[in-house]
Amino acid sequence: MGTFLIEREMLWNAFSTTLSLAVISGLLALVVGTIVAGLRVSPYRPLRLVATAYTEFLRNTPLTIVFFFYVFVTPSIGFAFDYRTAATIALTCYTSAFVAEAVRSGINSVAVGQAEAARSLGMSFRQNLLIVVLPQAFRTAIPPLISVLIALVKNTSVAGAFGVFELFAMSRRLTNVYSADVIAILLGVALFYLVICIPLGQLAGRLERKVAFAR
Amino acid sequence: MTHTTPDAAGGSSSPARPLVELTGVQKHFGELHVLKDIELEVAAGEVVVVLGPSGSGKSTLCRTINRLETVDEGEIRIDGRVLPTSGKGLAALRSEVGMVFQSFNLFAHKTVLQNVTVAPIKVKGVPRARAEKEGMALLERVGVADQADKLPAQLSGGQQQRVAIARSLAMKPKVMLFDEPTSALDPEMISEVIQVMTDLAKEGMTMIVVTHEMGFARRTADRVVFMDSGRIVEVREPEAFFSSPETDRAKDFLGKILHH
Repeated sequence: MGTFLIEREMLWNAFSTTLSLAVISGLLALVVGTIVAGLRVSPYRPLRLVATAYTEFLRNTPLTIVFFFYVFVTPSIGFAFDYRTAATIALTCYTSAFVAEAVRSGINSVAVGQAEAARSLGMSFRQNLLIVVLPQAFRTAIPPLISVLIALVKNTSVAGAFGVFELFAMSRRLTNVYSADVIAILLGVALFYLVICIPLGQLAGRLERKVAFAR
Repeated sequence: MTHTTPDAAGGSSSPARPLVELTGVQKHFGELHVLKDIELEVAAGEVVVVLGPSGSGKSTLCRTINRLETVDEGEIRIDGRVLPTSGKGLAALRSEVGMVFQSFNLFAHKTVLQNVTVAPIKVKGVPRARAEKEGMALLERVGVADQADKLPAQLSGGQQQRVAIARSLAMKPKVMLFDEPTSALDPEMISEVIQVMTDLAKEGMTMIVVTHEMGFARRTADRVVFMDSGRIVEVREPEAFFSSPETDRAKDFLGKILHH
């Protein structure tokens, strides 16, 4: 632990980078994923197909390849991002596919009669989704969504291999410099991931209790 | 409002334009032919009760009228306008056709009052204050005003169904469809829902009611439509239908339900 005290400024930088990568791409992924899930149940077939293709493509591609794409491929076709932006985009895209699936499973869990009632009152597809279906879908989607977000926190470590100085990149640097303390350093870094992930899990439990309603 | 009681042929002699008009409607579920050559006209202010054994297509018929079920052939007109297949036009027409479901389908995450106000506010753009005032009046009318702030799951089935009726009425529909509104209710709750429906009929609401409540059909209906295997077999005034059904199928059906 002494190493962390000596390098506490570096540690703080790395930790806040990991945290902000997770928070920003997490929020963006929730928005994008929810939109994609909405498109997947759209009455228009082309929209459904696009959303399905998006989800299946990103869900079944290794995250490192998605990173590779935004860090090395897009600059060659004229879209250059700094490392951190590229990492945020890559994490958002990848995570949004899993968010979309979690939200879609939530949508499927809402009784068909709810949407039928909304339609028979003259609501448009969008109103139906936003007012009636999604608020109920999110309640059932909370546990899988939290799992997705926890995975995202850990996936931020991939950014360390693509030029972003976050917790994982820091651990590599520290283990190079303080090679005698490798085990302590790795355990310490793992602890910092726990510091983010465990409250997330607790938040899930709280949210679930708060939005619990009799069906 | 006067109740027109067109003849058994389906109201072709009615001088006014029918409010609901089904012509040559056909529907299949895969191989199954669930609606066959449906011709039906319902005049404004009329109460039509649809009877028939289970699987005869009466619920499907009800659901085609606001396009919760699509049809393969034929035309459905509401107040002279052909039911659009999708989009804004369909949504607009649906808002003029109230629907009450067997399983209530109240929005589970919204309070009773919100259930009644959400569609007027979001679909029609009624200001919230006015929607809530009208909503409370409707809840009063169906006798559940004291439950306004509860969630649907905290209410009894009969109360939920009365809220569902109020929710539909909040859109000020031209016609109300009832798809077996009392079939999911305990016996002691059926009468409170039937009472609300009877009052509604007396006030001149146009109603198409799929039900097994023969008492309601007998007392309140202007016409009884009897269906069997996807076909409309008989259209009669209730007294005539119950006392002397014309077809063997109707005789058989009435025999079974009246003498069990």
